Amino acid sequence: MILTPILLPLIGAFLTFITRRSAPLIGTATAALTAASSIGVAWTVGRRGFLSYPLGDWAAPVGIALRADGLSAVMLLTSASVVLPVCVYAVGYFRKQAGEAHAAAGFWPLALLLWGGLNGLFLSGDVFNLYVVLELMTLAAVALVAIGSEESGLAAAMRYLLAAFLASMFYLLGVALLYGAYGTLDMAMLGARLVPEPAAYLAAALIAGALALKTALFPLHFWLPRAHAAAPAPVSALLSSLVVTGSFYLFLRLWTSVFAPIASVSAGQLLGILGSTAIVWGSLQALRQQHLKVMIAYSTVAQVGYLFLLFPLVTSAMATAGGADAWGVSAWNGGVYHAISHALAKAAMFLAAGTIVQALGSDRIVGISGIARQLPVTTYAFGIAGMTLIGLPPSGGFVAKWLLLSAAFASGQWWWAIVMLLGGILTAGYVFLVLGQELSQAGSDHDVEMKPVPRSMEYAAFALAFAALVLGLRVTEPLELLRIGFPFGGS
Amino acid sequence: MNWTFWMPQALLGVSLLTAALIFPLDEEQVGLRTVLNIGGATLKLILVGVIFWGSFRGYEFEARLPFMGDLSIVLQADYLSLLFVALSALLWFVTTFYAIGYLEGSPNRSRFFGFFSLCVTATMGIALAGNLITFFVFYEMLTVVTYPLVVHRGTGEALEAGRVYLLYTLTGGVLLLLGIVWLHSAAGQLDFVTGGSLAALAVERPGTLRLIFCLLVGGLAVKAALFPLHGWLPIAMVAPAPVSALLHAVAVVKAGAFGIVRVVHDVYGANVAASLGLLTPLAAIAAFTIVYGSVRALAQDDLKRRLAFSTVSQLSYITLGIAIVGPVATAGGLVHLLHQGMMKATLFFCAGIFSETLGVQRVSEMDGIGRRMPLTMAAFTVGAFGMIGIPPVAGFVTKWYLGLGALEAGQGWVVGVLAVSSVLNALYFLPIVGAAWFRPAPAEWVPRPVRETHRMLLVPALATAAFSIAAGIAAGLPFSPLWLVRLAVGEIYGP
Repeated sequence: MILTPILLPLIGAFLTFITRRSAPLIGTATAALTAASSIGVAWTVGRRGFLSYPLGDWAAPVGIALRADGLSAVMLLTSASVVLPVCVYAVGYFRKQAGEAHAAAGFWPLALLLWGGLNGLFLSGDVFNLYVVLELMTLAAVALVAIGSEESGLAAAMRYLLAAFLASMFYLLGVALLYGAYGTLDMAMLGARLVPEPAAYLAAALIAGALALKTALFPLHFWLPRAHAAAPAPVSALLSSLVVTGSFYLFLRLWTSVFAPIASVSAGQLLGILGSTAIVWGSLQALRQQHLKVMIAYSTVAQVGYLFLLFPLVTSAMATAGGADAWGVSAWNGGVYHAISHALAKAAMFLAAGTIVQALGSDRIVGISGIARQLPVTTYAFGIAGMTLIGLPPSGGFVAKWLLLSAAFASGQWWWAIVMLLGGILTAGYVFLVLGQELSQAGSDHDVEMKPVPRSMEYAAFALAFAALVLGLRVTEPLELLRIGFPFGGS
Repeated sequence: MNWTFWMPQALLGVSLLTAALIFPLDEEQVGLRTVLNIGGATLKLILVGVIFWGSFRGYEFEARLPFMGDLSIVLQADYLSLLFVALSALLWFVTTFYAIGYLEGSPNRSRFFGFFSLCVTATMGIALAGNLITFFVFYEMLTVVTYPLVVHRGTGEALEAGRVYLLYTLTGGVLLLLGIVWLHSAAGQLDFVTGGSLAALAVERPGTLRLIFCLLVGGLAVKAALFPLHGWLPIAMVAPAPVSALLHAVAVVKAGAFGIVRVVHDVYGANVAASLGLLTPLAAIAAFTIVYGSVRALAQDDLKRRLAFSTVSQLSYITLGIAIVGPVATAGGLVHLLHQGMMKATLFFCAGIFSETLGVQRVSEMDGIGRRMPLTMAAFTVGAFGMIGIPPVAGFVTKWYLGLGALEAGQGWVVGVLAVSSVLNALYFLPIVGAAWFRPAPAEWVPRPVRETHRMLLVPALATAAFSIAAGIAAGLPFSPLWLVRLAVGEIYGP
């Protein structure tokens, strides 16, 4: 049962690869089935608590185990909620995109492969297995960037490939070091055996560096804006929301399990500083962009920064007696909540942008004025997604911000609060820059140039944005699920 | 789970549902949209009536919905809430008619009325909020949903105004949020409790509480347009007239003023706030804003801008009343929440009529307009007299109570401020009124049609003017604004 969210997309990838003609149908059906199985796993976790499943019935040190706790369950649900609408969107998107038949043919198997890898990431319990699924996810992601026919897509994919390859090397080195020093690859056992010694520190540094590169944490974000902006819209949505979240998940997972014994407060602070810089730098860059998709991609750079504000707060909670209860929980909840809200909102935003690009044939921000009249649903989707990114209530982004702010105050680290709120204002700057253009009546002369777009594309984006909004209203249930298998101390 | 639980939610739900039904409508479905708009506004008035009836019968309305952790979304209806609820529901009802008439035939009406209804929802939420987090959620929602209304015309000027509006209000929201999070971490709870719940903490950590107060009130002051955070308000004047009426009379600015009332009385408690030395500076800023707004208004030729600066000034009467401890002054401040709403809505309705019917937007163009549009100008005159404080219009009651309350609290200087302000009010309103009635009209105006202007525009203006007079004349009778305010003040200070 726990295996289905991984296996189903892989089977689907194979099927869509061999049956090109009916790929959209099979792909969407697979997505629906996978989503159902993800919900099944999450539901079981919610009812029975922590799940563990040794593959082939071999116990941990030798065999490899799949595991699912609250965090995995929440992540499974998030990826299902993102991929399903993206698939619906992609059906319309690639139908319209004439002359890109090979792009469509590439999309379905690769997207499903990506999803399989991602779900594997959320369910794996040992560091080598994690390497395998991380690679699977990354290679699928790189290939997805390349399926667009444009030259810039290929160049961006090349750059992405190099960055990802470098990161994988570092990660694998780190894993090798861990295996050499402690003789196991199981996360729980590593966490128990790890002691502060040079090998452990080196492995931690290698792996942290690798994952920072994959998550595009400032200053290692250089590959992201071009790769995410050049890809076709459904791909951008998957990359910016899920691939980034997947890498972040792994970072968080390892930090609080394997490397918990050596995670120092100063290392946490360093991550926080990098995150803060990312928020400010990414937002300022986003404000400067003239192309919608590049702007949204820089917004991802900034939003990744928020995710990393979790580390100084959580680390200081681990190091302080009673800290876990006082602010560790809310920091943890806030960070994860931000990750899922951002995933939904950012996917909505890229899909909305893709609709606009298809309607107008260009994504220059000055050119979109007055689009709200023709594409109201898309405009609302963009707007609601923007609210979440800014952190305005009611939205998942607000809940995340509140939790992180509370943790910052409770731990006495109020400076993170300033960064978060400043970031909110900057985000509002670029979100409303676009919304203002959309509502503007200045250049409403393109009534003729507009190409019609399928309704399904508009509503897929809206559904995602609305989901991010609902996350801000129904908070208790996700947080309760997240509490299962909470990694340190506390009740 | 009984009706006292559902009623506050129904009050919000009505407008939310109206919005949800209006957004998907096509531009041409005028009839259906009008029915929905008026139906929603009417249903809301009825619900408000029911909630009033229930409150007088001793029912306590409260809905407590779990939000996150130990925080809840709390909607409740104490007298202070009812004050704001009544004002919003009533003026919304009137403004809906006006807006339908005003926007007839213009583009993007489904969007406009959708956001219009969301605005009511947010305002109702602010009025009914039972703790700071609930208040904040709706306060920020209001910021967002008014943006499309401000930029509704989509011109470069409107977009610029929207930008300034957001810059001010979102920054204010950030300060407010910072204050709320800090307060939550320091005091552990955020509920509105009459008399406040921070007395112990005020002894223990006075410095922290002072700083938090500055953050909270600083954030709220943006919408309440206290100097020097008022800059957005005159610029936001590019919005269509019903939106200006709404921004200036009810929703946005009152949300700020109402928030200050809540923070002073229900979070800190007036006595605690006074003992921390916070109210005197607040009173001083409010007094300065009163005079400053009036002086700036004098220099404006654009009618709506003059009215906007007048709003800046008049709003601070509310803050001033709150910053003076004592039941009479508080009553003066609170009652102005209602009075200013009615009078300013009247004035903006009239300004919209002048501009729509005759294209008159400047004070200097208003010579003789009274003879051309006697009813509209009569309504305008009522509003203007109210602002100056000439009896029997409601504004007089406000000034009387404020002055009396200030003397009672031993703050005689306030009377001086009121006097100066009234003189200034007279200086920038009386010339308009005089010129409109007694100067000869220029010849080039379009010949007078059968009716003065569109009925949907005129009737709302006359209605609010009538309310303004009635509120003044019948101030001593039950169900007048003053009577309602007395109940609220009784709640705050005890009978």
